[in-house]
Amino acid sequence: MENNVVLTMRGISMTFPGVKALDNVDFTLRKGEIHALMGENGAGKSTLIKCLTGINDFEAGEIRVDGVEGTVKNHSTQDAQSVGISTVYQEVNLCPNLSVAENLYIGREPMTAFHTIDRKTMMKKADELVKRLDIKVDVTQNLENYSLAIQQMIAIARASDMDCKVLILDEPTSSLDDGEVEKLFKVMNQLKEEGVGIIFVTHFLEQVYAVCDRITVLRNGTLVGEYPIADLPRVKLVAAMMGKDFDDLASIKPEGFEAQKDTPMEIEARGLSHKGTIKPFDLDIRKGEVIGLTGLLGSGRSELARSIYGADRAQTGTLKVAGKEAKISQPLDAMNLGMGLLPDDRKAEGIIGDLSVRENIILAMQAKRGMFRQLSRAKQEEIADEYIRLLQIKTATRETPIKQLSGGNQQKAILARWLATDPDFLILDEPTRGIDIGTKTEIQKLIIQLSQQGKSIMFISSEIEEMLRTCNRMAVLRDGAKVGELEGELTQERVMAAIAGGADNEK
Amino acid sequence: MKSKKLTQNPLFLPLVCVLLVLAVNAVYDLSQGKAFYEFFITVINDQGLLTGRLVTILNRGSEVAILAIGMTLVVSASAGTDISVGSVMSLCASFCCMLVAGFGVSSVDDVAIPRLLLGLLGALVMGCICGAFNGTLVAYLNIQPMVATLILWSAARAIGLLLCNNLIVYVRTDAYGVFGGYIGFLPTPILIAAVCIAVVSLVLKKTAMGMYIQSVGINKKASRIAGLNSKRIIFMCYLLCGLCAGIAGIVASSRITSADSNNIGLNMELDAILAVALGGNSLGGGKFNLAGSIIGAYTIQAITTTMYNLGVSSAVAPVFKAVVVIVIVVIQAPPVKNWVRKHTAARPAAGKEAAHA
Ligand SMILES: Nc1ncnc2c1ncn2[C@@H]1O[C@H](COP(=O)(O)OP(=O)(O)OP(=O)(O)O)[C@@H](O)[C@H]1O
Ligand SMILES: [Mg+2]
Repeated sequence: MENNVVLTMRGISMTFPGVKALDNVDFTLRKGEIHALMGENGAGKSTLIKCLTGINDFEAGEIRVDGVEGTVKNHSTQDAQSVGISTVYQEVNLCPNLSVAENLYIGREPMTAFHTIDRKTMMKKADELVKRLDIKVDVTQNLENYSLAIQQMIAIARASDMDCKVLILDEPTSSLDDGEVEKLFKVMNQLKEEGVGIIFVTHFLEQVYAVCDRITVLRNGTLVGEYPIADLPRVKLVAAMMGKDFDDLASIKPEGFEAQKDTPMEIEARGLSHKGTIKPFDLDIRKGEVIGLTGLLGSGRSELARSIYGADRAQTGTLKVAGKEAKISQPLDAMNLGMGLLPDDRKAEGIIGDLSVRENIILAMQAKRGMFRQLSRAKQEEIADEYIRLLQIKTATRETPIKQLSGGNQQKAILARWLATDPDFLILDEPTRGIDIGTKTEIQKLIIQLSQQGKSIMFISSEIEEMLRTCNRMAVLRDGAKVGELEGELTQERVMAAIAGGADNEK
Repeated sequence: MKSKKLTQNPLFLPLVCVLLVLAVNAVYDLSQGKAFYEFFITVINDQGLLTGRLVTILNRGSEVAILAIGMTLVVSASAGTDISVGSVMSLCASFCCMLVAGFGVSSVDDVAIPRLLLGLLGALVMGCICGAFNGTLVAYLNIQPMVATLILWSAARAIGLLLCNNLIVYVRTDAYGVFGGYIGFLPTPILIAAVCIAVVSLVLKKTAMGMYIQSVGINKKASRIAGLNSKRIIFMCYLLCGLCAGIAGIVASSRITSADSNNIGLNMELDAILAVALGGNSLGGGKFNLAGSIIGAYTIQAITTTMYNLGVSSAVAPVFKAVVVIVIVVIQAPPVKNWVRKHTAARPAAGKEAAHA
């Protein structure tokens, strides 16, 4: 093995029933480099990583790790850990009902002289660790009390704290905002200095150019190539991933796509609140509007949306939907008033893992019809096929259990679930999370198309760029309260200033 | 290709288990100098009743089969088991006989039909009440299913005894005995079980109930966001399970035309849970397969009957039963399944490689 190489994978092939997920893929990781692994949804990135960490059992190929004699075949994440490979998986897989500290040290707890877990030291070390990464949590609290973004940061903290030669980050930034991403990059650069090789998977191209040294591109389970970052400018990277030229930055907003002033009201919220998550707020949304919610992590964006939808029942205030007073005590009530909510935590609140793609797509539609008016099988298949085609969901068949799809494709299926209900007011909480750039643009276009049909959309994204491309108005949140709205021409500067607490347009 | 499809069918292993039991029977029969198909011989005897080993198994297995229906739904929706069904059976039987005979009366020989119907209805309602009680605890108060149903597991039988004033109440009329006896030449329990299975299958097929239950069992939070009333669905499953216990209770008590509180449904919850597991259903909830559970229920009965035929004394029978169950459960365990799959999948792949070379 060359002396600066920590990891080589050669000729890796892997087949799932009905899908060749990896076909003869090579991958090389050098000491002290950050190596981006890129490709569209379902290209095989997560699969390659799982072959390395022993979750997938690959059929052909060999893996060598610096400092280990012969080839390496891991059978579990613990195995991988023991040869110095530390991983943050795409779907957070920590234990929600354990404390933050326990999650950070599970499997490697500090011990007392009597071979019992030394809780005091564990708490202290955990506290230091989260402070170092500047994560604002109470380490004694259960993990489930924190947002997905915080959970993602905890997973990163855990992985980066372990003694490792290779650190794998599979879409770690998918629900982080810019501030958190900066913190993560600082940690990554620090580890890089120490000689750790880092594999970084993301669909955010700017992040690739901000920290990576090298890029490996996969397409449909095959290797496209490995490139030093300087040789692969953005346009070429996109072309390599998609196999065709594509301009993902082209404007998609049609002329005159501005805040609606004369259409009737869809949502009028007055003093709505949910104890502990969102303070009383007022919000009006007209038909055909795309309103963006912006703010820092934990500012209450998702919580505001959830209180309207009844996912967290609002305790105070009143809500009018399409001019009529509405009582919403559970999501079904909101759905019957024409609402839909795509939640941000796909694994915990989105997918029904063991059910098929078809059942996942028609679930909300069926729930709206009621248990006794079952959609006919033919109708179900027709709807599922329609959305599989429309959103280009990559799946072996429509009867494949959804948990076997790649992360981005699961996300598309859940989006399809809500589109199928034909809602008048659709709340999209990080709808493009984990979705590749080609499809992302398609989804943004779809949002604009829906709004032109007179539907109202509430759009939440930690990517300001994306919101600027689709929204015609924005509400700004800070510390669990709505602090203002932005209208007229939306620019990055105005939004950033508003988020940070500038006086721009604050009411 | 075809054989691969077959091994992946969820009913494959339950059916293998049935075949295993049948094989044991065939070997035994041959060794006794009888025909190997002795098991299946069904005749109408002198009294004009259908008899034969298969008929006996279907007849005797009815209660467990009925219980297995409710248990399957409960396991799927709540990832827990209802351990009270055996006791609830007994309570329902007692309540039924008490209503028919009147409180404090130990035996009646002649009963008016309306009175009888009142008793039957009472038993079913009682089953539903018990189910609703369990359902409330599990769905709305978030109590662990095992703990919640433990209450009725220990109390229901005693309540039944109280209702009967500590007596074994006999209802010695043909009209009552018919539910555990024969209609024409056909054993009634077989008919009742068949109707229950048919009705539930039809409901599962014609409504979205099956998908609702599985969805809630797999991911409660996500189901709620998608508009399902997770709590109500779990509640409903427990209610149905209670109703099934009521029906099974009537059958069991009708067989002996009495309400023997201490013995009706004794340990039957275990058979029902086992039936669900033998049917290839995960006790962790989620996806379920009703047909599997039903096959599981009759398999359990077949094992019991086979052992009696083999002359295993009833004292040691449980040991043999346990051994058989262990074998059946082990061949269905995921690691064993994976091993089998790998070894059946490896052959065609190797063949392909050889063809390439
Ligand atoms: N457990 C599984 N069973 C069957 N097929 C699977 C399984 N896991 C992944 N696949 C298939 O393998 C292919 C590659 O999936 P993978 O998760 O590696 O994609 P990815 O590049 O990580 O995509 P994304 O950007 O969406 O996360 C997909 O077509 C997927 O359907
Ligand atoms: Mg992935």
